[in-house]
Amino acid sequence: MMADNTANVIDMEEQRAARSGERPRCQATTTRGDRCRNYAVEDGYCRIHAPEPPPSSRRDEPEHRPSGGIDLLEGLRDALGDDWLDELKDVASFLRRRLTGDYDVDEFGFDADLTEHVLVPLLRPLHRYYWRVGSSGAENIPDGAGMIVANHAGTLPADALMTRLDLFEHTGRHARELGADLVFRLPFVGELGRKTGATLAAGDDADRLLERGELVAVWPEGFKGIGKPFKDRYKLQRFGRGGFVATALRAQAPIIPTAIVGSEEIYPLLYNLKTIAKVFGLPYFPVTPQLLAFPFLGPVGLLPFPTKWFIEYGEPIDTSDYGPEAAEDPMVVFDLTDRVRETIQQMIYKNLMGRRSVFF
Amino acid sequence: MPPAGRRVLITGISSPLAGMLARALEEREDVAYLVGVDTHEPHHDLTRTEFVRADIRNPLVARVLTAAEIDTVIHLSTVAGPMEAGGRAQMKEQNVIGAMQLLAACQKAESLRTFVLKSSTAVYGSDYTDPGLFREDQTPREAPSSGFAKDATEVESYARSFGRRRKDATVTILRFANFLGERMDSAFSAFFNMPVVPTILGFDPRLQFCHEEDAVEVLRRAVVEDHPGIYNVSGPGVLYLSQCIRLAGRVPAPVPQPLVSAVAGLVRRTGRVDFSPEQLRFLQWGRVGDISKLTDTFGYEPKYSTREAFEDFVARRRISGLVNRDEVFRWERELYDFIQRKGQERFVAARRER
Repeated sequence: MMADNTANVIDMEEQRAARSGERPRCQATTTRGDRCRNYAVEDGYCRIHAPEPPPSSRRDEPEHRPSGGIDLLEGLRDALGDDWLDELKDVASFLRRRLTGDYDVDEFGFDADLTEHVLVPLLRPLHRYYWRVGSSGAENIPDGAGMIVANHAGTLPADALMTRLDLFEHTGRHARELGADLVFRLPFVGELGRKTGATLAAGDDADRLLERGELVAVWPEGFKGIGKPFKDRYKLQRFGRGGFVATALRAQAPIIPTAIVGSEEIYPLLYNLKTIAKVFGLPYFPVTPQLLAFPFLGPVGLLPFPTKWFIEYGEPIDTSDYGPEAAEDPMVVFDLTDRVRETIQQMIYKNLMGRRSVFF
Repeated sequence: MPPAGRRVLITGISSPLAGMLARALEEREDVAYLVGVDTHEPHHDLTRTEFVRADIRNPLVARVLTAAEIDTVIHLSTVAGPMEAGGRAQMKEQNVIGAMQLLAACQKAESLRTFVLKSSTAVYGSDYTDPGLFREDQTPREAPSSGFAKDATEVESYARSFGRRRKDATVTILRFANFLGERMDSAFSAFFNMPVVPTILGFDPRLQFCHEEDAVEVLRRAVVEDHPGIYNVSGPGVLYLSQCIRLAGRVPAPVPQPLVSAVAGLVRRTGRVDFSPEQLRFLQWGRVGDISKLTDTFGYEPKYSTREAFEDFVARRRISGLVNRDEVFRWERELYDFIQRKGQERFVAARRER
C-alpha cells in the first residue's frame, strides 16, 4: 500500500542525503510520533521499519531457504513458485465470494467467476499439455457479435470445451455455446453447461446473445457428429436445418467457419449400442477402445487418446450483404449453410494433409 | 359527464399486496372511491377503503360493480397454493370459477374501463426445453397441466376473451415473478425460512424475484396510467438457487432426484412448505421472464434487482444463517494479514542474511 508514494519520497531523501554528504536516516515515524533516528539500510528505511516490498521486486529477491523447522507456507511456496502469495489471496477471495453468494450471473445463467476461476484452470493442462492444442486465425474473430461454427466429434464434447478455452486464451472472450435440449436435461451436465455460458440452441436465445454482441459457438452436426462412427471421422455430417445460418442472418453477424483436427480421434467410436442408448434415452451409446480396455487397465484405460490438436479459425463469412429478411428465404439459408459446411470440410482436409501424425 | 375520479374495486383485499396497493391508491386524489372484496376482513389499517365481505362468486359483487359505478377492477385474489384455499378443489373453484363470474359481472358493468389482473410467470411452466428468457408472446411447449399454473393460464385466457368482448375496456395482465418482501408471504419466503434448504441434486434453477414495493408500484401505475397488454414483472437479473442459499447463509440439502417426491411429501406433512409437483419442477428447471417490455413499453424501471430484492428480504426478515457472512469476511481478512506478516518476516529475514 505504501509502495507507490515511497518511491518519490526516497528519491528526495536520497538527493538531500547526497547534497549534505551524510548517511540517510530512516524516514518512518515511531509509535510516539517522533522521527525514527536509525540509519536507513535500504530504500530509505531502517531494518525495523522496512515496508512490505512491492510484489514486483519480490521476484528479484534471491531465493530464501527456510532456516529450519517445518513451515507449511514455505512448502507451498516451493511447490507453487514465487507467485503463490498472490494466488493464495485470489483463492481466498474466490472462496469468500462463493461462500457468501457474492457474484453475478447473467440472465442466461453464465457464471464468469466460476468459469474463470475453476473451469479454465482445470482445463488448461488438457489444452496445453495433453492435447497440445495449436491454433491459427484468432485474428478472424470479430470484436463484436460473431458465430463460430465448427465440426463436432469424439464421443464426448471435448472439442467444444477446447475451442472455448482456446478462444478465451487468445481473445479473452467467452464463446457462448448453443446446446441441444438433452444437455440441459442431464443432472450436473446441464447445470454446469448453463453456468459456463451455454444455452439452448432452439428458440431465440441465440438472437439475444448476438444482439448483445456476444460470440456464439455452434456445432451444427449435433449428436450425429459427436456420435459418428470412427470410420467417418472428419467427414462432416448434415448441418441440421441451417437454423444457425438463419440466426446469423437475422443478427447480421459474421460466421467464422472453424476446423478442429485431432478431436475426432480421442474416443474412436467402434460401435453404437442403439438398444442400450434407447433404454437410457440417450442419442447414442458408444463402444470405444477405452471401454474395452477398462477391465484390464482400470480408470486409466478410460482416458481419451492424447492426440495433437489443431484449431483453425477461418475467414469470416459476411452475412450483412443478404439483409436480415434473407433469414426467411430458405434458398439463401440452404446455400449459405452449404457454403459454411464446404468451407469447414476443405479446412479440415487441408489441416489433415498438413499433420505429421495423429499424436504429434 | 366525465367522472370526478376513479372508482376502484380490489378483489382479495385481505392479502398484504392488496393492502399496500389500497394504501397507495388512498393517497391519490384522483381515486374517488375504493372498495375491497374478500371473504375475510383485512388486517391492515385502511382509511377510506370500503370493505365488502363476499366471495367473488357472490352476485353481490356484480351489484357493487353497477351500484358504485366502478370503472377499475384489480383482480388480486388468485390463490397460489391449496393450503390457502383449503384444498385443491376449493382453490380451483375460487381461482377459475371466481374469475369467470367476476369477468361476467364486469362485462355487464357499463362503467368499467380498466381490468387489471395479477397473474404469474408460472404460466410459462418449467422445463428443460424452455428458452433462456420468456417473452410475453411465447408459450411453453406444453401448457401447464396442474395446480396454480393451470389456474393462472385459464384465468388469463378468460381475461383476454373479456378484452375481446369489451373493446372499450383496457385489460392489463401482469405476470409477476416470485414475490419477496417484508410483508408478503410466498412459497419462497417459507422455503428460505427453513434451516436447511432442500435442493435437487445436480440441478440449479435460475430464479427471478419481484420486490413487493415494485409490485405495488406496477399495479398502481397499471391503474392510473393506461397499459393494455401482458407484461412480465420482475427485478432485472437472475440468481441461482445455490446463490440464494449462500446469500441467506443457509445450508443446502441436495436430494437425489428419485427421492425428491418422497422428501417433498415429508416436508409437506410438517406443514411448513407447500411442495406441489409444479413447484418441484420449478426447483429443478427454474424459469426466467424477459422484462424488457416492462421497461420499454410500460415504462417502469424496477427499483430492486432480483438480487437486491433477495438481499432486502434476507435483511428485513432477519434470516440469520448457519454460515455467517461477517465470519467469512473475517476469515479472509485474517488470511490476508497472515500472508502479509509472513511476507514481511521473510523479507526482513532475507535482508538480515545479506
